[in-house]
Amino acid sequence: MVNQTKQKKTSWIALLCVAALLLLVIILENLSAWTGVKGILAPTSQLFTVLKKAAVYSLVAVSMNLLNGFTGLFSLGQAGFMLLGAYTYAILTVPAAAKDQVYYLYGGSAIRYSVIDLLGKLFGSSGAGGAVSLILGVLIALICAGLVAALFAWLIGLPVLRLKSDYLAIATLGFAEILRAIFQWQRLGPVTNGANMIKQFPTFTSFNIKNAAGREVLRLSTFVPFLVAAACIFIIVLLINSSYGRAFKAIRDDEIAAEAMGINLFRHKQLAFVISSFFAGVGGALFAMYVANAQAKVYTSTMTYEILLIVVLGGIGSISGSCIATFLYVAASEWWLRFLDVETVLGNGFKVPLLRNGFRMVVFSVIIMIVVLFFRQGIMGDKELPDLLRRRGRQSKSAAAEETEGGHG
Amino acid sequence: MEYAVSILLSGISLGGQFALIAIGYTMVYGILRLINFAHGDVFMVAGLMGIYLSASLPFYISLPLVIVVTVLLGFVIERVAYAPLRSAPRMSVMISAIGVSYLLQNVATYVTGGQPMTYPELPLLYDTVKVAGTPTKWAVLLTPVLVVILVLALTTLINRTKIGMAMRAVSKDFEISRLMGIKINSVISVTFIIGSALAAIGSMLFFTNYQGIYPTVGAMPGLKAFVAAVFGGIGSIPGAVIGALIIGIAETIIKGLPSAWDVSVFSDAFTFALLIVVLVFKPTGLFGEKATDKV
Repeated sequence: MVNQTKQKKTSWIALLCVAALLLLVIILENLSAWTGVKGILAPTSQLFTVLKKAAVYSLVAVSMNLLNGFTGLFSLGQAGFMLLGAYTYAILTVPAAAKDQVYYLYGGSAIRYSVIDLLGKLFGSSGAGGAVSLILGVLIALICAGLVAALFAWLIGLPVLRLKSDYLAIATLGFAEILRAIFQWQRLGPVTNGANMIKQFPTFTSFNIKNAAGREVLRLSTFVPFLVAAACIFIIVLLINSSYGRAFKAIRDDEIAAEAMGINLFRHKQLAFVISSFFAGVGGALFAMYVANAQAKVYTSTMTYEILLIVVLGGIGSISGSCIATFLYVAASEWWLRFLDVETVLGNGFKVPLLRNGFRMVVFSVIIMIVVLFFRQGIMGDKELPDLLRRRGRQSKSAAAEETEGGHG
Repeated sequence: MEYAVSILLSGISLGGQFALIAIGYTMVYGILRLINFAHGDVFMVAGLMGIYLSASLPFYISLPLVIVVTVLLGFVIERVAYAPLRSAPRMSVMISAIGVSYLLQNVATYVTGGQPMTYPELPLLYDTVKVAGTPTKWAVLLTPVLVVILVLALTTLINRTKIGMAMRAVSKDFEISRLMGIKINSVISVTFIIGSALAAIGSMLFFTNYQGIYPTVGAMPGLKAFVAAVFGGIGSIPGAVIGALIIGIAETIIKGLPSAWDVSVFSDAFTFALLIVVLVFKPTGLFGEKATDKV
């Protein structure tokens, strides 16, 4: 009983923290417009690029962690499911008017409508009605993106999930590569635009609210990915704390013991795989919004490795670890280490050696190797942020009541 | 007919080049149970070494030097990135391998400045002869011969020598062979040395045919070679060679199909489809040993 109330309190605090974070994002992005000071935090600042990308990646990282960290299924198909999500989103939301231009090589698209246009007919396409149809349309497209990825995961999971560790990894990796080839096939051009990119669909910047004069009143382009990612991660956390989540962890710790306890191995593995792929699909759609195009050649195995490295850096089996690691990873690779790419000459004419285009990534990968080799637990291990806070409290009180299952934020 | 012969020839040679990489994968997996994701990048580095060393040295010095440097690289990677994780879970080692692969690719981007490089036209290998009416590079003809010689040498090494016996023992049971006084670390080092040397030889043959080298060039041949190793039954050297030959020939045939069919984009995908089918129906591969799970 005591445990339960404590757990409830922690989750309320966590929810409040997330709400505060979302508010902070809005404030940060509008700071320069509201204060009128040009110099601080311009909307084009690197900070917002990093925040957007990190929000998208953190969702994908958490979805991968659900599979690799919580269920113990070593899958490397994440980029493939992202690709499915990205393309589903793009195909559904390119405005009908822009289709001929986007698909000009194929004489227009085979799919002549777009979700947002259809909703626009219902709610009106300008003013408040336009906003409603944009938000609803994007939401529907995001969910469809997840569903398509989940459907494919279900299909591929039927044969593949019977495989063990490394074999599962290489089979899912191969599946992602097959998908990439299919989406680049010329014959599917009217749907996927062949090897060319699909463009002109609503992106994060479409959510910036403009007044009648066309000036931006409220910028929400960073808030939107945060909101979607936070909502999805929240659902994943709920899942992990449910009885299904406990079954997943049991499978991870010992398959045979879990089976002996009456857990249907295949069904639970399938479930974890499908759910993880659903969110990877949503993440892929968000990624397409972030880069403002959908193109099959981006979703390579390198992307999967990148996400896997993030999961490992954050700690396998820690949701908050994955989130923190994503922000550190994206900020370090895109922003903080930028100076290493620029040739620098110090005041006394001394040219700093080695600094040249590409040196940033060398330093970055060395840092990653050091973490992988010497900090094997990653940033958080398998702990969550609330666990760390609670442990400090408990130490001061003395270890009276042993907690059996810690509540994860 | 001429077309068929030329397709078959280049298929066999591509398969042979995959085989040389695949042996490195299959031996390492047999002993460490590790998918060495960095192996494809070692292959790429060997290609780059070939460019840089041949630029200033005559080829009879530069080519052996390429092999020596690649072997050194493989040895150092094993000692620095894999040896400290000997007692860690297998997944950590695999992630370390992915990290090494990332590092090698980034270093290659830095050194080359991101520009694609062109492999030099090695004398002898690059020269052409006419086979059944089609001009063919010597590299294409030499590959199968070289593969057969190297595989024979390797199987003799594994079946007849003391270090080969140690390797077989380690791949059977890691812990027991350590108890029997086998120096595990030196056995693993030898495995990596052999694998890297074969990758270096493979790189010379491969890049003579496909001359462009860019930092991620090793990823695809690496993955395909691993698929070949799985296909033939991981841990088995003849299996890896036969798997690689099948994949090489199939890929060349798909690429050679009439362009009106638009299927050449599936040449890579076919390999992976094959992999999934093999894994589902015969997870141990063509020549793999049956492993039983103990509770």
